[in-house]
Amino acid sequence: MSASLLIAQLLNGLQYGVLLFLLAAGLTLVFGIMSFVNLAHGSLYMLGAYALAVVSGATGSFALGVAAALATGIVVGALLEWAAASRLYRRDHLDHVLATFGLVLFFNELTRMVWGPQPLFVALPEALSGTVELMGFFYPAYRFLIIAVGLAVALGSAWLIHRTRLGMLIRAGSVNPQMVGALGVNIRLLNALLFALGAALAALAGAMAGPILSVQSGMGEPVLITALVVIVIGGIGSVSGAFYAALIVGLTDTLGRTYLPLLMREFASREIASAAGPALASMLIYLLMAVVLALRPQGLFPAHRG
Amino acid sequence: MSAGARPPEGGAPSPGEVVAQRPEGRTMNTLLHTEGLTKRYGALVVTDAVSLDIREGELHAIIGPNGAGKTTLINQLSGELAADAGRVRFAGEDLSATGIAARARRGLLRSYQITSVFDEFTVRENAALAARGARRHAFAFWRGLLQDAAAVAAADAAIAATGLAARAQVIAADLGYGERRQLELAMALAAGPRFLLLDEPMAGMSAQESAAVVELLRGLKRKYTLLLVEHDMDAVFALADRISVLVYGRLLVTGTPDEIRNDPEVRAIYLGDEELHQ
Amino acid sequence: MTTIRPSTLIPLLLLAALAVLPFAAESYYTAFFARVLIYAVAASALNLALGMGGMVSLGHALFLGLGMYSVALPAHFGIDDGWLQLALCVAACGLVGLVTGAISLRTSGIAFIMITLAFAQMGYFLVVSLKQFGGDDGLPIAGASRFFGLELASAEAVYGAAFCLLLALTAWVARLRVSPFGMTLRAGRQNARRVASVGLALPRYQLAAYVLSAVLCGLAGMLLANLNAYASPSSMSWMVSGELIVMVVLGGMGSVFGPLLGALAFLGIEELLKGLTEHWMAIFGLLILAVALLGKSGIAGLLARLDARVPARRSPRLAEGRA
Repeated sequence: MSASLLIAQLLNGLQYGVLLFLLAAGLTLVFGIMSFVNLAHGSLYMLGAYALAVVSGATGSFALGVAAALATGIVVGALLEWAAASRLYRRDHLDHVLATFGLVLFFNELTRMVWGPQPLFVALPEALSGTVELMGFFYPAYRFLIIAVGLAVALGSAWLIHRTRLGMLIRAGSVNPQMVGALGVNIRLLNALLFALGAALAALAGAMAGPILSVQSGMGEPVLITALVVIVIGGIGSVSGAFYAALIVGLTDTLGRTYLPLLMREFASREIASAAGPALASMLIYLLMAVVLALRPQGLFPAHRG
Repeated sequence: MSAGARPPEGGAPSPGEVVAQRPEGRTMNTLLHTEGLTKRYGALVVTDAVSLDIREGELHAIIGPNGAGKTTLINQLSGELAADAGRVRFAGEDLSATGIAARARRGLLRSYQITSVFDEFTVRENAALAARGARRHAFAFWRGLLQDAAAVAAADAAIAATGLAARAQVIAADLGYGERRQLELAMALAAGPRFLLLDEPMAGMSAQESAAVVELLRGLKRKYTLLLVEHDMDAVFALADRISVLVYGRLLVTGTPDEIRNDPEVRAIYLGDEELHQ
Repeated sequence: MTTIRPSTLIPLLLLAALAVLPFAAESYYTAFFARVLIYAVAASALNLALGMGGMVSLGHALFLGLGMYSVALPAHFGIDDGWLQLALCVAACGLVGLVTGAISLRTSGIAFIMITLAFAQMGYFLVVSLKQFGGDDGLPIAGASRFFGLELASAEAVYGAAFCLLLALTAWVARLRVSPFGMTLRAGRQNARRVASVGLALPRYQLAAYVLSAVLCGLAGMLLANLNAYASPSSMSWMVSGELIVMVVLGGMGSVFGPLLGALAFLGIEELLKGLTEHWMAIFGLLILAVALLGKSGIAGLLARLDARVPARRSPRLAEGRA
């Protein structure tokens, strides 16, 4: 277990964590304020990745691809909010699950229809395809970019939530959704805005992940489920909770996958370790969530209620 | 096991049977006793060291201005809210740490200010479920609830006592507002209570409906021990054996209706300049 | 007594048709309808927790999978004794249901949906990573389950077993709905707080229903494994949990015949759309969205509306909730 492996894994965990945060931020707001269960959030992530792949492939510009992903997120998010979500806020969670489950099937098939079942390849721009040296240790530049973008969004959302009028409404809404309506705010507009914002962040996450994963139909669901774990651990409705929980989950998952099989070899035979190690590692975050929920059903960093 | 915890007199008494078992006139035994019952929400003290004695067989009313903590007190007595401090003794048993379901099985029943019945069930099913819940567990997977003769007998008696007999087969969602309040009462009665907490049973009722409920409560008096929280002063002074006045969470005074009516402190604090009715 | 109303008559006729189907149809259709019956059993199981108890479990595929591997794992080691597999299935689903249910029921609302999903994902990844038992590729089943003389080797045999199980289950659910247990669950869905104040400790009843539901879902898994001669982790994926929810809602939440109607409609529409286009899932997804937007009385609810139109004399017993 070398130090450089540990540093690399820590950075990988951080990078995975900030990606999860991009996805979880919008999800937790929509959960917390509109009390809406959105399984189709993963589809927005997928659409973001496709937008990047298609546009950057056609124009050769990575930046244009990212912009296209953001635009796709906003447009599709707003459309979804108007066509489906806004009609379901007042209904119970079961209807949300049902409707967004249908949307997941729809979007997955739609991408398969348009771009086929084969994964798309996204080329990295020259400037980002190299490695960066950090204290005698090399790490891919692009992964640094992901970390930087994620942290920037985290800072930006902290500013938005704590320093702006919109943020005040978000904070009030996640504690007491009825009260915001009573303040004379156009609640429908606020909901649509938040939904679209969350969608844009999800699409951004998809775009950032595009070059390091394969862009294909159904890519949104595994990461969506992990993001759901994040917001439940962080406390539903809490953006800062989502940030901390995303880092915890990202690091737990990454380090678990690397070190758990190694660790198990110390105690058990090679065969058992190589069979049970990955199994335990992939279960780790769900185990973590179950423990958190069993001990603190409101999550680790709940939005302050009073 | 839970059924064994019921008071010794209760096999499956319908409201009618209970009459025979309780002598006319009230005994002076204390059925429910609280000591220093306190509930705080942050800095706000909602009930402040309330010590109260409810005697077996009396109708005890609690009055007080809005925000006096009346509903909170009821919630603490029924077990829905855990008290921050203080004790609740019921029929000689300390129930301070006992949950609502277990208190209900001991005969401490409540009705809600905001009507809370099972909308998809008929009147009879609502009352029968309440009767069943108070008497036995519901781990029965084959025989219908309405085939439980004891529960249905208690339910029908309670429905008749609250004047809903003609509406027994109606789905609760189709009932009128007053009828739903009657059902709320019927569910509490069907459970074969020793003690009933009535949280504003006349809230939102027309004068006519209120009068019917007053008559109903008059009929329940002596059969059950009743704690009544109510804003309708006419009703309270007409029905109550004793009245306690709650102001800002504190128990100001307890006394007969006459004593309360003539208490200068009550007149000053609670009633302001307003003349008491009657 | 009451005359039989369309909402009962139509499903009964459907069951009668299903009873004779394997004698008349080609084996392709027998296999297809065997799948319908098995999913109807699974949906019936979920209906206990979701339809009656209001517990939105997005993880019931876990129990379907446990049932499948209760057949596949013993078969892998050459054990085809159906009773042994059944005992394993009941023990596994019961135990896992008890533990996950006890933890999940500490939460409610969104968190309950998430935690049931998380437990199912744990099971999914566990199976995927067990490479010695096929992992991602699944585990073929060489020998079918054997119950005394009966071997669940053919589609017809599985069909017969699934039909009998569904029939028994449906008859029981009809009783259960109006039994004290069923009424307590249904009351809890309407107003959980009120159930406690009538003296019933709701969480215990919910947990019992959840465990029961888990075990029954496992039985469906055993049948499915025999039908496919194959157990695969993909039947444990969260998509399958979602499909089960769709079947329950499509058929009619908490109703007696809803799970059968829902499973038939779901798989039937899927089969029809597959014949139309390879991209049937896009249409299907939008259909599900439409069902969610339009409300959830389901097919059973539509049939009940038909009842009102039939000029039968309305008996007062109608109101007693025996749909």
